[in-house]
This record gives sequence, C-alpha cells and structure tokens, in this order.
Amino acid sequence: MSQHASQARGHYFIPPPSLYPVILAGGLFFLALGFIQAINGYAAGRWVMLGGAAIIVYVLFGWFGKVIYESRSGAYRDWEDVSFRYGMVWFIASEVMFFAAFFGALFYLRVIAVPELGNMASAHGTSLWPEFAGTWPSSGPHGNPFTPMGAWGIPAINTSLLLSSGVTVTWAHWGLLAERRRQLVLGLAATVLLGMAFIGFQAYEYHHAYTELGLTMGAGAYGATFFMLTGFHGFHVTLGTIMLSVILLRSLNGHFDAQRHFAFEGVAWYWHFVDVVWLLLFVFVYWV
Amino acid sequence: MSTTTTHPASDLHAYQPGGIMRWLTTTNHKDIGTLYLSFSLLMFFLGGAMILAVRAELFQPGLQLMQPEFFNQLIGIHALVMIFGALMPAATGFANWMLPLMLGAPDMALPRLNNWSFWLLPPAAFLLTLPFGLALFGIGDGALATGWTFYAPLSVQGGMGVDFAIFAVHILGISSIMGSINIIVTIFNMRAPGMTLMKMPLFAWGWLITAFMLIATLPVLAGAVTMLLTDRHFGTHFFAAAGGGDPILFQHLFWFFGHPEVYILLLPVWGLMPHVLSTFSRKPAYGHNAQVYSFIVIGLLSVVVWAHHFFTAGLPVPALIYFMFSTMAISLPLAVLFFCWIATMWKGAMSFETPMLFAVGFIVLFGIAGLTGLILADVAADAQYHHSYFVVAHFHYALFAGGIMGVMTGVYYWLPKWTGHMYSERLGKLHFWLTVVSFNLTFIPQFFLGLAGMPRRIPDYALQFAEFNAISTLGAFVLGFSQLLFAWNIWSCIRRGPRVENRAWEGATGLEWELSSPPPHHSWETQPVVK
Repeated sequence: MSQHASQARGHYFIPPPSLYPVILAGGLFFLALGFIQAINGYAAGRWVMLGGAAIIVYVLFGWFGKVIYESRSGAYRDWEDVSFRYGMVWFIASEVMFFAAFFGALFYLRVIAVPELGNMASAHGTSLWPEFAGTWPSSGPHGNPFTPMGAWGIPAINTSLLLSSGVTVTWAHWGLLAERRRQLVLGLAATVLLGMAFIGFQAYEYHHAYTELGLTMGAGAYGATFFMLTGFHGFHVTLGTIMLSVILLRSLNGHFDAQRHFAFEGVAWYWHFVDVVWLLLFVFVYWV
Repeated sequence: MSTTTTHPASDLHAYQPGGIMRWLTTTNHKDIGTLYLSFSLLMFFLGGAMILAVRAELFQPGLQLMQPEFFNQLIGIHALVMIFGALMPAATGFANWMLPLMLGAPDMALPRLNNWSFWLLPPAAFLLTLPFGLALFGIGDGALATGWTFYAPLSVQGGMGVDFAIFAVHILGISSIMGSINIIVTIFNMRAPGMTLMKMPLFAWGWLITAFMLIATLPVLAGAVTMLLTDRHFGTHFFAAAGGGDPILFQHLFWFFGHPEVYILLLPVWGLMPHVLSTFSRKPAYGHNAQVYSFIVIGLLSVVVWAHHFFTAGLPVPALIYFMFSTMAISLPLAVLFFCWIATMWKGAMSFETPMLFAVGFIVLFGIAGLTGLILADVAADAQYHHSYFVVAHFHYALFAGGIMGVMTGVYYWLPKWTGHMYSERLGKLHFWLTVVSFNLTFIPQFFLGLAGMPRRIPDYALQFAEFNAISTLGAFVLGFSQLLFAWNIWSCIRRGPRVENRAWEGATGLEWELSSPPPHHSWETQPVVK
C-alpha cells in the first residue's frame, strides 16, 4: 500500500445519500424478531424471518450493485482503494476474534472443565459420577454415548480441498496481474468448485454424525464445540463461495484489471482466512 | 478499466433530500454525528428513568412499587441502555463529528457504512426494550432479568427477554464493529498530509485504541451470547456441567469483552480531556507522547485482566494472583495520564467555563473510581466487597463521573463548534454543580452500604440500611432531574444562543477551530497541510 501514499490524493469519493443502509438495518431487525418468535414457539416467526431475509437479499443486490456501478464508472481511485483494503483487513480481524471465542471455549472445556469434573468425582469418593473419567472427547457426566469424528476420512479430504482452493485462487490472482483473463476465470471457477465440494462433503459428514455416530449438538462439550466451530466455519465457506461466484461472474463480464481489483483481493483474503481457520479446526477439533 | 478524471457518481450536491429522508439516507459525518448524539441523549433519559424507578423502590425497605422480577429487569436493561445506548453512541458521535475536522479529512473513510452503523442502533434498542411492552399484553415474562452480564445458568433458564437481549447485543455489536472499522480506516488513511501519527490529536489516539479494543473483544461477546442461545434452544452444553460444560466459562468469555469495555467507554473521554484542559489552561497539553503510550499500554493490559470481575467464583490461586497484579498494573499508565492532566493545568492561565468545570470534576471524581478500583483489585479485600453496593458505587464513579461527565465535558466544549452558538454559561454552571453534588449524594452512601454488607441487585434490604438508601435515592432524583437543565441548555443553545467565532474558545488549538462555526456541510474538501 505504500506506493499509494506518495501519490497526490486529490478528491475523495463521498457517496451520495443512500436508503440501503436503513433498509438493511430493518431487514436485520425482522430477521432477529422472527427468529426469536420461531424459537419461542410462535409459528408466525418463520414468515417474519423470511421477510427479513428477503429484505437483506434485496439490499445486498442493490447496495453491492451500486458499489460495482461506482467502481465501474471510475469513482474509486488509489485513495479510496486504500480505505477498502484497510476496512477488509480489520473486518477479517474481527472475524478472527469471533472464532477465537469458540476456540477459547473448546480449550477451556477440554483442558479445564472436563478434567475438573472428572477429579470432582474422585475427590468425593465414587458417589458423584462413578463412570465418568473426565477425559476428552467427552459428552459429560450425564451425556449420551457417541463416536467422535475421525480426522483421516472426510476431514482430511476437506483439508486437501481447501488447501488446493488456496492454490487455485492464487493462480487466478497471477492471471489477473498478468492480464490473462482465461487463467483468472479458470482459477476462480476451480476455487468455487472446490468450495462447493467442501460444503457437500461437510453436509455428508453432518448427516453421518447425526445418523450413525450419535454425534449431535446435544452430545455434551464435544458435540457443542464440534458443531459450533465446524458449523460457523462451514457458514463462512458458504459465504466465501458465494462471494467468489460473484467475482467469477464479474470476471466473465470483463471487470477488474491488473491495477484495480480490490473486490478480487478482498474476497481472496477472506478465502485464505477461512482456509487458515480450517487448518486450526483440523488440528484441534478433529486430530489431536 | 481506465482511470477517468470525471466522477459521475460522486457529485455531492446532486441529491440532497430534505426532512426525515435527509437523516435516513445521510452519508455526511456531521449529520451522522448529530444522529448518534441525539440518540445517545434519548437513551440517557430512558436509562435514567429506569434507574429512578429502581431508586424509588429502594427509598424504603420492603417492596412498595414493583415485584422483584420487574426490579431485576430494570437494573439489567438500565445498564445495557446506558452502556450501549448512551455512552458508546455518544463517544461515536464525537468521533463522527470531530475526527474528520481534527484530521483535516473530507469525511469519514466509509460514509455509507457509517450510516448503517448508526441506523443499526434504533432497531437494537427497540429489540432490547420490546419485551417490556409485550409483557403488558401478556406475551412473555418481560425483559432480560439477569442483570446486564447474562450469567449462566440464570440466563439459560430465563424467559424470552433473554433472546431479545441476545439479538439486541448482536446488532449493537455489528454497529460498533462497523463503526470501529470506519474510525481506524479514517485515522490511517484520511489524515491531512504532514500529520504523522505522533502529531495526531490525542482525541484521535484515544479513539484509535478504543476501536482496536472493540474489534478485539466485541466478536467474543457475540460468540458468548451465541453459545448462550444454542444452550437455551438447540441442546448444547457449553455452560451446563451435565454435558461437561461450565458456567464459569461464560464469565470468562463475557468479561474478556466486559473489562476492555470499561476502557472502551473511557478512552475517548481520556482522549478529549487534554484538549479541554489545554484550552482553558492556555498552554499545550503536557506529555503528548506519554499519553499516547499510556493509551497503548492500557489498551494492551485491558484484555488480560478480565477475571478480576469474578475473583469469588472459585478460580485457582495462581490465577487469582496473576489477575490481581495485572489489574493493579493498569494503575501505572493511568497515573501517567492523571499526572499529565494535572501538569497541563500547572501554572496555566486557567479559567473555569463549564467544560473546564466538568473536566476538573472528572479528574477528581474519576480519581475516586481509580482508588476504589485498587481496593477491589485486591483478592482478599474483594472477598468482602464483591457483589456489594461498594462495587456499584465504584463503577458509577468510573462510568458516570468518568464516562458521562466526560461526555458532558465534550458536549459543552464542542457545542459552539457544532451549532455556531454559545450555550448559557449560567445554566451550564448550575448544571455542573447540581450534577456533582447530587452525584456524590447518590453514590457516597453506597460505598458505606457496601462496606456494611448490603448486596447489589436485591429489591429489599435490612432496616439498618434505610437511612443511607433514602439519602441515595434523594441524590438520584436530584441528579436525574438536573439533567433536564442539560437538555434545555443544548436546545436553547441551538435555537437562540449568541453567535461564536471560528475559534469559539480563545485558547483552543487544532484544525477543527480553523473552520467556521458551524463548519460547512462538507469541510476540508481540499485537505490542509500540517507542518
């Protein structure tokens, strides 16, 4: 980014008044309200949720469409570009801390809470939970039996899929920098396909866990941390795949050039972040 | 795409709706700052009304006005409304108004995102308080009744109000994170040429560290309340020992956010203090760099001291010792700040207009918060004081005297710049003295109540606590109604205050005072150059 700082900065683009942010806030409100209603047994909640979600989707098309239009009409130059880059970096930083909360819960439960429950049993003789050893993986003193997810089946395949997708998106980036549009499109398409394959495998894995392993969200500390961490990661992979698809469509329409392609890079950073989170998941949730 | 020199989509004067649409659609940092500040004032009175009802109940022993369940709802929502509705939006309003003016920037870096950050607040506040209204129609059992801390297992067992509060916190969190990203980007990318980071005004430094803390900690709160939600409705056992979970885990996660939150509320105020003290002492702020380094050290320490909020929960002794000493270490950079504030006034040509009165009052009363905080940081002493009114008094010295009086300092200081009019000095001074006297009348008795063993968050108490509670309630009502003077002073300043110069205060320095009062709708479209 340092090469931008030395250039004369000129006029900064300030977008004209826009109704999209307010509508988006309203959409989120109805999504939350409907969700609260639904989980508290009010059947109308799902329709309120659906309405909120529809509003959000409308705004995403409208707002991002507006941004793409502004970008195409030359409104953004070096100075604005740096703002977007800083913004994306710190957004990803906040996402890192969101996952840190769940990793923190995993480490705390595994290293402190579960062993302590095991020790409590022995400190009070055998009366508390005589069968409970306090070892990991655990569904707790009153949990149902389950089989933990092995690391070297589907998770290992998914690891190789995501690592390959990191390579393909970088290859696409090289294509963009060298103005080789074919390479850009092929690399992006491969990345999207790898992301979709990952999601498919994970859906199968969840099905397997629920139907054959007895591994559910209710399976104590292990089940809770397993599904929370892999679930939010899977959600992020889904978002990332959608974002990559948009970038792919824009690339097919001739958007981006070697100098001006923040949207591509922002999505690529996001994809690499999702990739790194997966590696941590693979090690700490599946493997060790 | 070729780089063009025309800006078809950026003509600022092409589309400027009026009326309500101006405020709904604005991308202007001054409009958005005004929205934040107005919302904050509204929430300040809402949260205040809630706590006056609580103090009225506590005026005498026994239950007179409300059921304990409603009492519990009021104290928790009071805290959430004051923290997320009043204090944080006030500080963000300051940032929106002042950062571009101080840094010589044409606007905030991401203006449309800025609009979204604000407009997330009203729906969130609505979600938070809606259960009160629903309960009137027999739907649900009222608002969050766990106190603002959501402690499990109480919050796992609670009613629908907990779900409303969880989603309110999610939306408030999105708002704060987006606001913080905007502030960081503005500070890094929008400063006037020549304004290096170390030359940057201290208010901007205070907010920069605040924004980093928000980005580091608010997502953790979001994660914590998400786990709470799945424990409540989707069968997980994060906080239930039966499944190998642990309710103490919630306390760790909550306070990993909650402790830095205290500094998030205070650092913007610490940043604005040197501006006010230097203006009314007519000499430069003492120890500019020392204050910058103190902000950074406090920001770093704030995320490693959280467990001092639950010393009595049964932590292992090494953890207690670590959290005690790391907490006490914060007093070192804080002492540097106090020294700098006092040294700024030292031998200055001081005058005591309302902002200066509030600033000096802030230093004295916030000092009491710091000293009583040291007492609570002591593990052995805390065993006695934990969850007593001593804690309540302590954190109101921090958050009212430190936070809200700091915000009032800023409002009086910058009101002439924002409106182009001067407020009434006579009313301002009256507001200050009523506030300071009634604030102390409210909270000094609570220190003694806590020392004598009165627990917080209980609607009834033993007869021996009656006198001090009556005095405290009296003080609270004077304090609450004095704030109407504040609102009236702001209103009459906007309507008919005398016009002021660009440099509304003769001793004021900085780029913001070189602009007209009020500044033009779009300021610094051509950036100034700082030598």
